[in-house]
Amino acid sequence: MSTFWSIWIIAFTAITIVGCTWLLLANRKVEVSDDTKEGEAQKTGHVYDGIEEYDNPLPGWWFKMFLGTVIFGVVYLVLYPGLGNFGGVLGWTQVGQWEEEVAEAEAKYTPLYEQYSETPVEELIANPEAMKMSRRLFNNNCAVCHGSDGRGSYGFPNLADSDWLYGGSAEDIKTTLVNGRQGAMPALGGALGEEGVDKVAEYVFKISGREHDADKAEAGGQLFATYCVACHGADGTGNKMLGAPNLTDGIWLYGGSPTLVRHTIRNGRNGNMPAQADKLKAEKIHLLTAYVYSLSKNQ
Amino acid sequence: MKHEIVEKNIGLMIVLIVVAISFGGLTQIIPLFWQNQTTQPVEGLEPLGPLALEGRDIYIREGCHVCHTQMVRPLRAETERYGHYSVAGEHVYEHPFLWGSKRTGPDLARVGGRYSDDWQRAHLYNPRDVVPESNMPAFPWLFENTLTGKDTAAKMTALRTVGVPYTDEDIANAAAPFAGGEVKEIDALVVYLQQLGTLLTQKR
Ligand code: HEC
Ligand code: HEC
Ligand code: HEC
Repeated sequence: MSTFWSIWIIAFTAITIVGCTWLLLANRKVEVSDDTKEGEAQKTGHVYDGIEEYDNPLPGWWFKMFLGTVIFGVVYLVLYPGLGNFGGVLGWTQVGQWEEEVAEAEAKYTPLYEQYSETPVEELIANPEAMKMSRRLFNNNCAVCHGSDGRGSYGFPNLADSDWLYGGSAEDIKTTLVNGRQGAMPALGGALGEEGVDKVAEYVFKISGREHDADKAEAGGQLFATYCVACHGADGTGNKMLGAPNLTDGIWLYGGSPTLVRHTIRNGRNGNMPAQADKLKAEKIHLLTAYVYSLSKNQ
Repeated sequence: MKHEIVEKNIGLMIVLIVVAISFGGLTQIIPLFWQNQTTQPVEGLEPLGPLALEGRDIYIREGCHVCHTQMVRPLRAETERYGHYSVAGEHVYEHPFLWGSKRTGPDLARVGGRYSDDWQRAHLYNPRDVVPESNMPAFPWLFENTLTGKDTAAKMTALRTVGVPYTDEDIANAAAPFAGGEVKEIDALVVYLQQLGTLLTQKR
């Protein structure tokens, strides 16, 4: 802050404090008019419908409280920032206080985090303290998409089952968290035509063991071999490298109704799991990996 | 000074009241118009593009700021949850500020990039589809209303008069993203949300 503004602030603050104090003291009356002594009571001279107004001093408690606030203000301005460039004798700053809080927390949690980070995920899940921490991290960072129970919703995978798009080993889960995942199911409506979509959908129902139209599924099988096996595999059980789901297990990320399956094939899907590496520290990602890992183990 | 003089001259009383009240503003508000901290943009700050600008107006229209703040305070509990605390330089192009004062929902100052576009859309269509315990209202009409962009240039011009550095080119191209009539309100709102607070990053 430039010297000009610093002086400006100090001057106005001083004028305000001195002005208020002067106003208070200059208008102060000390004698109390006494109602009992006839004729001596002091009046303001205001008369309303024959009712007169006493000219009494301010109530003592109010007067002292006012002085108290003035003293508080002066002490505050000496201790804390408020007077332009004068930072206060305590040297307090908002950011300084935050840095202190953070340093204090780090001193407390760093050893814990270090210990957890050195523990392999498979063992960490047996540590109730670590799991408590990881649960809070999950609720804060992941629950909006995957649900507070980790069971997901339409378009957001269930993490508490044993069905994985990208693999359920500790290593796979960590890779998912660190780099994020972009599901890329291309829109095939154009290539297949509406009839083709219908046929291949029937084939998908067939391999997932559901009711289907046998003729259409037969034709759909050939289309599947042309258009789908590269990602979903010859038997439709998917490919964890690509995040192509297993189509035979009856677990649906985007819904299993005929309309939704056709929609998926026609328009494609692009699920996006945001990368956490630039958002969360490595030790927290480690804990979260353990939490997700524990979800599928505790089912 | 005698009370009577002040009390019986209403003009004088008004002047004295104005003087008394103005002291607070003179000390606390006026100097802020001249401080680098409050007038200089943080590095990389750009005026909102046409889509984000329209999105911001939808944010105001729907009253999102009534339930959501955009102000991460320098408290550890907040920086752990949301990220870097907010600084004044991030908001120099905002007229008015959307800092808010009540958190029915979480702070949104750093929500940009935190979730996917798909999630934002699903959540705004009906928050309970993705967060079953949510009491945030649903905004399904955002998916129906189309934006024409006919006022976007005028909005930019107005903002330029109060110091937002839109170029003539920005203003000339303001309606371009809306051509074709395919841009829904939700698209603009998501663009706005996804850029919030992305300039200051800090790992939590
Ligand atoms: C914006 C919403 C969103 C957030 C926030 C989010 N995820 Fe995800 N996550 C997804 C989506 C969508 C997928 C599926 C990606 C796909 O379709 O290919 C996914 C996939 C995953 C997978 C892979 C599942 C599998 O079957 O292989 C794991 C593990 C996971 N997320 C864990 C987490 C954790 C832990 C967090 C918190 C740090 C988190 N996610 C935050 C949306 C999200
Ligand atoms: C380029 C690789 C690729 C090709 C080719 C492909 N898919 Fe997919 N498919 C995916 C991926 C990846 C996903 C998961 C998308 C996501 O997570 O957002 C997916 C998802 C699906 C789903 C949704 C599964 C669920 O659980 O909801 C169905 C159904 C599906 N594909 C069927 C097909 C059919 C039928 C074909 C051939 C006509 C096909 N896919 C071709 C990669 C592919
Ligand atoms: C009645 C209050 C209310 C209003 C109005 C409201 N929200 Fe929310 N919002 C909430 C609550 C509560 C949550 C937390 C639960 C949830 O995630 O749905 C939330 C969560 C969110 C989140 C997720 C934040 C996070 O980090 O988890 C976003 C983004 C959001 N709201 C955007 C909006 C937008 C955009 C609008 C205006 C169109 C809006 N909200 C209007 C109450 C509200």
